[in-house]
Amino acid sequence: MPFFEAVRLALAQIRVQKLKSFFTLLGVMIGVMFLIAVVSIVQGMGNYVEDAFAGKFLGVNTFNVRRFPDFNMGDVTEAEWRAWQRRPLVTVEDAMAIRDALPAGTRWAIEDARWLAAQSPYVASGPQALVQAVTPEYFAIKNLVVTQGRAFNEQEDRLGAPVVVIGTEVAEHFFPALDPIGKELRIGGLPFRVIGVLEKQGTVFGVPLDRQVLGPFHSALHRFTGARRGLYGVVVQAPSAEAMPEVQATVRELMRRRHKLRPAQDDDFVLESSESALTTWASIKRYLVLAGIFLPAIGLVVGAMVIMNIMLVAVAERTREIGIRKSLGARRRDIMAQFLVEASTLSTFGAAIGIGLGIGLSKLVAAVSPLPASVATWSIGVAVLLGAGVGIVAGIYPAGRASRLDPVVALRAD
Amino acid sequence: MTADAHELAGLSTTGERQAVIGATGAAPGKDWVIVTRGIRRDYDMGGEVVHALRGVDLAVRRNEYVAIMGPSGSGKSTLMNIIGCLDTPTAGEYWLNGVLVSAMKDDELARVRNREIGFVFQTFNLLPRATALHNVELPLVYAGVPAAERKRRAIEALERVQLADRMDHRPNELSGGQRQRVAIARALINNPAILLADEPTGNLDSQTSEEIMRVFEGLANSGQTVIMVTHEPDIAAHARRVVVLRDGRISSDERRDAFVSKLAATI
Ligand SMILES: Nc1ncnc2c1ncn2[C@@H]1O[C@H](COP(=O)(O)OP(=O)(O)O)[C@@H](O)[C@H]1O
Ligand SMILES: [Mg+2]
Repeated sequence: MPFFEAVRLALAQIRVQKLKSFFTLLGVMIGVMFLIAVVSIVQGMGNYVEDAFAGKFLGVNTFNVRRFPDFNMGDVTEAEWRAWQRRPLVTVEDAMAIRDALPAGTRWAIEDARWLAAQSPYVASGPQALVQAVTPEYFAIKNLVVTQGRAFNEQEDRLGAPVVVIGTEVAEHFFPALDPIGKELRIGGLPFRVIGVLEKQGTVFGVPLDRQVLGPFHSALHRFTGARRGLYGVVVQAPSAEAMPEVQATVRELMRRRHKLRPAQDDDFVLESSESALTTWASIKRYLVLAGIFLPAIGLVVGAMVIMNIMLVAVAERTREIGIRKSLGARRRDIMAQFLVEASTLSTFGAAIGIGLGIGLSKLVAAVSPLPASVATWSIGVAVLLGAGVGIVAGIYPAGRASRLDPVVALRAD
Repeated sequence: MTADAHELAGLSTTGERQAVIGATGAAPGKDWVIVTRGIRRDYDMGGEVVHALRGVDLAVRRNEYVAIMGPSGSGKSTLMNIIGCLDTPTAGEYWLNGVLVSAMKDDELARVRNREIGFVFQTFNLLPRATALHNVELPLVYAGVPAAERKRRAIEALERVQLADRMDHRPNELSGGQRQRVAIARALINNPAILLADEPTGNLDSQTSEEIMRVFEGLANSGQTVIMVTHEPDIAAHARRVVVLRDGRISSDERRDAFVSKLAATI
């Protein structure tokens, strides 16, 4: 049986019976659509978490010493939350002790942050800025690039110089059409001199990084960020991935000693690394992947059953045709191939529509939610193969039936 | 010997034919396109067995033009289906071109249907959604002939039945006689050893029937072996040999002239 004729026949069938074909192929379409969409979302989030979140937000080979997890994406119970609130604060003294205990080549920074209003001589109000009181190595750890002007240095921090480095949105808002370098930005009523503008970074995990204002920790800034009621965190960057466990162990020991914890007691602080964030991501991803397997699987199974039914009807309707073909020399395998090609053309067609819908759905998800989605090329390949495969599986029984028909009996059918 | 059996022996054309049929289990010589020995076909109708054929011995030589007659239900179609390899006998031997077909498996039978047999049916049996050209091409499709050659040969075949100008028409756009000519073109496309026709004029008016008979006549004259089932004596009169079936057995087998003169006598 010529392959193309069977394909053409199947497509003609679809053309003639658009509505019936649509319902026939609904299962396959929905299955494939979910496959493409879920894979896109998993892939997109994966890129996001692994590159943007882990790399940009936390920093490479970096961990934060915090009172309790900040990037925890899992569920937190009420009791857990209350227990966290009873934990000791992370203090400036802790930060200094950590710095003194760190091996050579390790970077360290105090990080304290708060959303605060700002003003400039040109613009009196605007959206709050994410004000960060940090020590100078923070720039290197977070790989922050200053595109205009410069970052502040060790000395400026020690002296508490009233200088700030601002994000692009802050610059555009408070210094419209002006060069912000050397201009004054007021925070908490006190003036700070802008000495640098950061490279544009966009929004990561809902945090608009271009609305940052970074100033020396030891400037007046730390009074506004609330450092006295505990630091947001101490950031430590190990020289390499291999050095991470050792550096973490050192810091853990130090903090346990400072908090006078007995060996049986749990930590009352966290060392939050991109690794722990990735672990949380991995567990979310598991659910998504399961959904990515089950939803399409249900769709495809239902789709296969419907296609099988339709093919059984087709075989019954075309019994005489089968008889004619057999009388002219078609072998069992020719008849079998004809109906298998027909079934898999049908379901591949459904899969193609499903691919379109899936791409549409992932674009929609990307547009209306903060979830990014990037369509994986391999998932399209898999979808096409699945489409063809479902058709073959669904077609085997009807095609086998057709191929075993007795020619004389088949010719007598009407 | 009863009178009936005596007559039967006398009517079988030659002793040679009897000898071929008598040689049970032996391959016939290559002049014999068809030899059946003791063909039986039983249908099990839920406990009750219908004996459609009760031992048919038939030998057909190359280039013969045979009509099979007999009342309705006498087993004509059953015999044709077995000769056409659409059906297999319950018992007996069937040799086609010196090959024992009755022992063949499904795929081998499909091949024989494709290469050795051209079958023309009363109801034409054309694919309704396919053009005349495509219908004629079909046997070549299953023979694995490449598309271009298929088309060329199909057009030639349609030319031979004067239908080249109708090759893009579907069966429902053709008259009954035209449909049957398409079916004949299709049956002949693979140059089969025999052309089988089961009541080929059964669905046609007498004028169109005559047309179709002229086509068969021409084929027979050009050396094509033809076996045709009919229950109309004037159609059977076109053949050169007439075999009559009754209750699943051959009741007479004679040259046309004998048949025609007997026919004249009864009128
Ligand atoms: N598929 C079948 N199942 C049962 N009986 C059948 C079948 N085909 C034919 N017969 C019976 O076999 C006998 C011969 O039928 P058939 O060969 O069609 O006769 P004819 O073509 O001479 O009219 C009839 O009695 C018919 O009822
Ligand atoms: Mg009949």
